[in-house]
Amino acid sequence: MRDVYMVSGGVSKFTKARPDKTFQPMVKEAFDYAMNDVPHLTIDQIDGSVASYFSDHFQRQLMSGIMVQDYLGLCPKESKRVEGGGATGGLCFQTAWAEVASGRQDVCVAYGFETMSHVNTWKGNEFIALASDASYDYPVGGFYTGYYAMMVVRHMYEFGTTREQLAMVSVKNYQNAFHNPYAQKKMKIAVEDVLNAPIVAYPLGMLDICVMSDGAAVCILADEKMAAKLTDKPIKIASVGCGTDAMRMADRPHGEVILLPHESPDDYKGLKYPGVHSFRAGRMGAKLAYERAGITNPLEELDFVELHDAYTSSEIQTYEDLGLCKYGEGGQFIESGKPNLGGICPVNPSGGLLACGHPVGATGLMQAVFAFWQLQGTINKHFGNDKLQIQNAKRGLIHSHAGTGTYVTISILEKPF
Amino acid sequence: MKKKETKLPETEEGTVLFNVPFPEDLSQLKKMSPIIIKWPYHIDYIHSYGQDSPFFAGLANKKIMGTKCPKCGYKYATPKFHCMYCGSECDWFELPLEGKIHTWTTCHFGSQEFLKETPFNLILVEFEGVDSLFLARLIGLSQDEVRIGMKVKAKFRRNSQFKPTDVYFVPAE
Repeated sequence: MRDVYMVSGGVSKFTKARPDKTFQPMVKEAFDYAMNDVPHLTIDQIDGSVASYFSDHFQRQLMSGIMVQDYLGLCPKESKRVEGGGATGGLCFQTAWAEVASGRQDVCVAYGFETMSHVNTWKGNEFIALASDASYDYPVGGFYTGYYAMMVVRHMYEFGTTREQLAMVSVKNYQNAFHNPYAQKKMKIAVEDVLNAPIVAYPLGMLDICVMSDGAAVCILADEKMAAKLTDKPIKIASVGCGTDAMRMADRPHGEVILLPHESPDDYKGLKYPGVHSFRAGRMGAKLAYERAGITNPLEELDFVELHDAYTSSEIQTYEDLGLCKYGEGGQFIESGKPNLGGICPVNPSGGLLACGHPVGATGLMQAVFAFWQLQGTINKHFGNDKLQIQNAKRGLIHSHAGTGTYVTISILEKPF
Repeated sequence: MKKKETKLPETEEGTVLFNVPFPEDLSQLKKMSPIIIKWPYHIDYIHSYGQDSPFFAGLANKKIMGTKCPKCGYKYATPKFHCMYCGSECDWFELPLEGKIHTWTTCHFGSQEFLKETPFNLILVEFEGVDSLFLARLIGLSQDEVRIGMKVKAKFRRNSQFKPTDVYFVPAE
């Protein structure tokens, strides 16, 4: 396999609703931004693309992908759509990586979008809940926040995690997003605000949950030769990993922890894994990505992480899956300040999904773009301020997650210069 | 002090409109506000439960049917017709009508279809000696009364709707 580099990225500002544009020109905003950042790249040099969007329900439009492909002027180049719930963007990024790594394409564009404003929030929740077993789960009261609430209630029972610790995640991510011009929601909030917000599904309140958004994001990937021609700041995709788990939470096993190199079986005596408190797919994806990138101690070897915080609880659970701390220590990890900007391993320096928004198909690619700018050291150029720039960031991790932990992708990005 | 709500909720009521103004100067068209229309959509699916049909027939007859792998012995509280671990075809067996709360939540909001039923409790039930769990509603307890480990027992609707909600759980004690 060949080395693959990210050479450019673009994001349309995520927002509650974009009635001013249909999805094709919205993707073009992100695409043009990315093309302008690598002025030597012409449409002719692009070999193909991968499209990322989650639900056909939101637009009542099938084959939206091809409508973007023609609007961007990419026909008749090769293309396909990938889909895997909330992880659609991450899967798209990894599929584009595979196109280049395999030698099939030298330059591949990954584009993603979602227009969730076309239905009201509660209808949107219905569409999302259809990503649970329609015979056994959806009819009982299909609601994703309810599913994640059940998972974190068990996490609290097993490990003593508290609502205050969940709230600290929200406070951190909103604090970071305040300096991100792409963020959908800008608010200064304190732990009390999160705790006092209306409860949606106990223990998760309004400020523990990301919102629905309209938005698009684009990543351009290339092989080493093309990357060198296009930019003096290419970012290497050091490795990709992906894991899966059973759709129904009821089916998750209660077995042994999948160990990372810095862990031992003694760490988890008596812990039944993953149950519904942890994401086995996240751990599997991390294990594969770390092995392929030669990472043995993630907390020491990663300079930052952009992870899928659709819920504050999933950020805490994901600290553990990624091995930033041991299983059960996610609550203490946020309390320690380690994931804060300026901490040993900032998590969601962009503000994450909680504050930036979550137009599903675009989300995983947005994370890639923010991570790319971090590693390039170009946050000031793209954000108009350098408050979120992590100095000397050499290696970052992006994590994309489908509900309720069914598909999880992890990609490691490195600065080669 | 609780902040006062200062925003009216968005609704889908809208107004039927048959025409809009149009500028003489065509260059003004790019400044036009978007036209947003209401577009209803209704479907009746013909949904087959297929190999899982005995589970729903069981509920109509006040039984919760699980499946059991004859080869590796894994017991599914939510039916799987083929074993996830060894691929064998499973057999049906009757689950006990009592179990324990493995985890729970109370939903104060929900998907549009269930919004009118809020607040409602969701639980995952664990049954003695059964490997996987079962998702159901819990009736009769409020958010501050539910605990992990509580014993619950099954109740059935008299008139079956052939949905997993034909069974629900109530406190056993």
